[in-house]
Amino acid sequence: MLIVAFVSFSLFNFVGDPINNMVGEETSDEERDELRETLGLNDPIHIQFSRFVINASKGEFGISYQLRRPVSELISERLPATIELVLISALIALVSGTLLGVYTGINRRGFLSDIILAISLLGVSLPTFVIGILFIYLFAVILGVLPSFGRGEVVDLGFWSTGFLTASGLKAIILPSVTLSLFQMTYIIRLVRAEMMEILQTDYIKFARARGISEKSIHYKHALKNGLIPVITIAGINIGTLIAFSIITETVFQWPGMGFLFIQAVQFVDIPIMSAYLVFIAFVFVMINFIVDILYYFIDPRIRVKAEAVSG
Amino acid sequence: MDSQKLTLFNRIKDSDIYFSFIKSPTAIVSAIILIIIFFCSFFVEFVTPYNPFDPSSLSLMDAFTPPSWTEDGLAKFILGTDGQGRDMLSTILYGSRISLIVGFSAIIFSLILGVSLGLTAGYFGGKYEMIVMRLTDVQLTVPSILMALLVDGIARGIISREMHDEMAIYVLIFAIGISEWPQFARVSRAATLVEKNKDYVSASTIIGVSNILIMFKHILPNIMRPVLVIGTIGLALAILAESTLSFLGVGVPPTTPSLGTLIRLGNDFLFSGEWWITFFPAIFLVILAFSINLLGDWMRDTLNPKLN
Amino acid sequence: MKSKNLIKFLLATFFVFLSTQSFAKTIKWSMQGDSLTLDPHAQNEGPTTMVSRQVYEALVTRGLDMSIGPQLATDWKTTNPTTWVFNLRKDVKFSDGTSMTSEDVVFSILRAQQPTSDFKEYISTVTSVKALDEYTVEIQTRDPNPILLNQLSNIFVMSRKWCHENFAIVPQNWDAGQETFSATNSMGTGPFKITLREPNTKTVFKKNTKWWGNVEHNLTQIQLLPIKNAATRVAALLSGEIDIVTDAPVQDLARIKSSAEHKVESTPQMRTIFLGMDQAADKLRSGNTGDNPFKKKEVRQAFYQAIDIEAIKKKVMRGLSEPAGIITFPGVTGYTKELDKRLPYDVNAAKQLLADAGYPNGFDIELRCPNDRYVNDEAICTAVVGMLGKIGINVNLFAQTKSKHFKELKDDQGDFYMLGWGVPTLDSHYVFHYLYESGASWNKVNFSDPEVDAAIRVMEGEVDLDKRNAAIAKAWKIVRDNIAYLPLHHQVISWASKKKVNVPIRPNNEPLFRFSSIN
Repeated sequence: MLIVAFVSFSLFNFVGDPINNMVGEETSDEERDELRETLGLNDPIHIQFSRFVINASKGEFGISYQLRRPVSELISERLPATIELVLISALIALVSGTLLGVYTGINRRGFLSDIILAISLLGVSLPTFVIGILFIYLFAVILGVLPSFGRGEVVDLGFWSTGFLTASGLKAIILPSVTLSLFQMTYIIRLVRAEMMEILQTDYIKFARARGISEKSIHYKHALKNGLIPVITIAGINIGTLIAFSIITETVFQWPGMGFLFIQAVQFVDIPIMSAYLVFIAFVFVMINFIVDILYYFIDPRIRVKAEAVSG
Repeated sequence: MDSQKLTLFNRIKDSDIYFSFIKSPTAIVSAIILIIIFFCSFFVEFVTPYNPFDPSSLSLMDAFTPPSWTEDGLAKFILGTDGQGRDMLSTILYGSRISLIVGFSAIIFSLILGVSLGLTAGYFGGKYEMIVMRLTDVQLTVPSILMALLVDGIARGIISREMHDEMAIYVLIFAIGISEWPQFARVSRAATLVEKNKDYVSASTIIGVSNILIMFKHILPNIMRPVLVIGTIGLALAILAESTLSFLGVGVPPTTPSLGTLIRLGNDFLFSGEWWITFFPAIFLVILAFSINLLGDWMRDTLNPKLN
Repeated sequence: MKSKNLIKFLLATFFVFLSTQSFAKTIKWSMQGDSLTLDPHAQNEGPTTMVSRQVYEALVTRGLDMSIGPQLATDWKTTNPTTWVFNLRKDVKFSDGTSMTSEDVVFSILRAQQPTSDFKEYISTVTSVKALDEYTVEIQTRDPNPILLNQLSNIFVMSRKWCHENFAIVPQNWDAGQETFSATNSMGTGPFKITLREPNTKTVFKKNTKWWGNVEHNLTQIQLLPIKNAATRVAALLSGEIDIVTDAPVQDLARIKSSAEHKVESTPQMRTIFLGMDQAADKLRSGNTGDNPFKKKEVRQAFYQAIDIEAIKKKVMRGLSEPAGIITFPGVTGYTKELDKRLPYDVNAAKQLLADAGYPNGFDIELRCPNDRYVNDEAICTAVVGMLGKIGINVNLFAQTKSKHFKELKDDQGDFYMLGWGVPTLDSHYVFHYLYESGASWNKVNFSDPEVDAAIRVMEGEVDLDKRNAAIAKAWKIVRDNIAYLPLHHQVISWASKKKVNVPIRPNNEPLFRFSSIN
């Protein structure tokens, strides 16, 4: 975490001069200098950095150069949008990915399986931004059934603004979340399929078959449970990836989340926002890894047994 | 010499790969498409009469010519022209050359990095192995797009603007390559662990063959199969990553547009009826990535008999 | 049966979603950027003023036809050349119901003169402002000021009481990132009041029922929903989520027009786009000749004549530009049709001029361009690169975001660059003062001519209009003959909207929703 904090601060500190991005065409040099002084940009680097770390630990990342509002406020304002988008996408990707993956893993030579696989391969080959543009063109412009940008009407719950409680909010999340989930979904399909195929050839499945347990029970009770282990790792990485890829989706759909904020910040060399975003992402990754490790413990009996043996 | 060639040919002809290849229509079709794309992209100077990057040869009055089969199309611009009067087909081919160069270089970079780390880690083991594997874990959790944005941001900060335009392509190769290497490292380590315990390796060690020689002469050829599979799929990923970064505006500079840059520029004309400016680069990119993925898929099934 | 019911249910929910909630007479308005702050004195910037203009009013204002007319003042007179007396309307109420008096006007003008105000330059000539009685205000200027009314039309009047109660006596210090009540709230005398403010996402204006004026609009609500990406903005308009876009991209106008429910309106904007060529440096920063070819007028003229402005108009601007001969436009004092004529496009003449100047094989040069400031700025520059290539000039295009572009121009890093200039005062002096005067802040071509400088002095102090106009005409002739800049075109702005929405288009790109209606 600290490393990321350092990287995010110190490196972006060399990226251009923020002042030029803040002032208009008709600002005098004196005014520029004054501004530089107010923002503390004239202080030596190490003073600026220690100020950064102290503030960051308090959740303060200073004031956005571009929007002139506290970054912590901006982030907390944008956070719900990104989280809702990512959660919905992850859900779509996981559920449909697992289902399709299991189906194709069991019916290996079926016609439908071939179609699903071909489409999933196409999905891997279609960049997210192309899908997004296509969706907007098709559903918003030609058919006019779904909104092309933004979150629709949101309900403010005080600490959280949600789009789940209004019709327009629910409509608005469809295109971005499906766009975002497609790429991940295809991965999960292929992963689950491969796992299922491998597991179905293992000895214990053969034994189960020999013992006369029904195919259905073999598939869903025995095989799927073990097949899910790598899916959980992937799902963990997945959420991180989804957050990162939401930068693209949010840009295409003008989704008022953090990725959109970040890309705008990059364009304006808005250092406080950029560093706060990176610190936030690092935090999320650490958390995800932690949660995945715990989930492993519950799902994979081998790890549990090992852990108990050690503690016992 | 001649007979040697012949035996090589025969060896290929008799191999299981070749057999599986001619039995798989998808593999053949995608390979043919790829060969055509590679050929046209790398010899684009001979394929088309236009050089879209020579400004003096362009005429603004040619701009926005639709594809040749439509009403206002011109036969000399098969896929039409863009907003600057550049022939779309040649622009796409030049763009795909950039995309391919970046994709290939990035994947070769990560292949070399990943395989050498994975191979040595698997071979030597110990603390070194632990560190390398820990690194791959960390690296795998950082999404490639974020890594690339970060690397690009750093590069912009360190090198000056004039330098950056020239360096952009190397920065991009590095940025994409650095996020792909863990795959190679994992696979080659795993394969090395298996090979290491085989008799021929122990035998070589006993007769005093050096570690480096063992690793590169004996183990390396044996782990090439899975590495190739990953490399092929990684190539498609790298090409897509490049186009995504260029679409976001942090990729190659617009003076040497790649497919992603072309889609970004064309996106402005999506609603104005000039659909071909964004449609053709996009479809070209999808065909390219799809063919590579199909081929990679076939290779995985063929070279990884465990799944069959 | 079960699945059939499910489908029915889904369809039903779907149609419920489709039937959009119809707000009574709401206009959803979109543009690229948002207002930066609601404090009407903190930022002098396009969208910020557009938003303030709906909520706040000034002593005088420009109407739909851009002429200056009364607003909060009913009439005014000059008692001597430097003293102005304004009589205020007596029926004006702020949206909180309190009456507006001369105290508020005096307070607002003084507030706009504070160091944190972005409008202090506008009214720097005002030396004193005082209330003569409850509805009379006297303003004194340092020198006779022929453009005081122009300047005052941008100074919005706030409530003294409201500012005092909300600790907003001085303007928000925008540069230091200060947060004030006035930056996120507003309370003016205008036809609308802001009821919801989410920066960069949504701003809701509601009809101000206490407005003093004659209500000509039929709106109950305006929503400002900024959308940064041009294609998304157009998609939102076409799909009906947005009613009006005040910066429609030129390439999409045909598509919007082809929609049965939409319309496009265009009008010449008060902005001229041109190229600058540094004619003073001894050696160009980006050239390969070791000297500065731009010192020779022949070279500048060769560049000028190599540019096929009609092709740019037709292909890049889709017909929406007016080729320009000078950097000012109809409606500005000093503009004439004669001056606005261009030198003819002639590639051979251009080549000959280059050869005469001693560069028969051309040379290398870098062209600096913004890529997010003017209409299709980068595309224009790309076209210029191709055209100059035809006379042997090898141009390396460097396009970047506006803030960097302007900063680097300020730092004298440009040899050859694009710039656009508007004239908010509608007087030629504004152009000469910034672009042509020796050492002027935006004179980055380093043009210097004593006669022009002398004429600028006349423009500033001369009250005799004939003499003043003569000086303006003379100055324009000198700079035009010298090819001090390479003018390209006057910008044309386009607003795209639903047919049922009627918002009159204005050359300064500012919508006035008090004259708008929705059918």
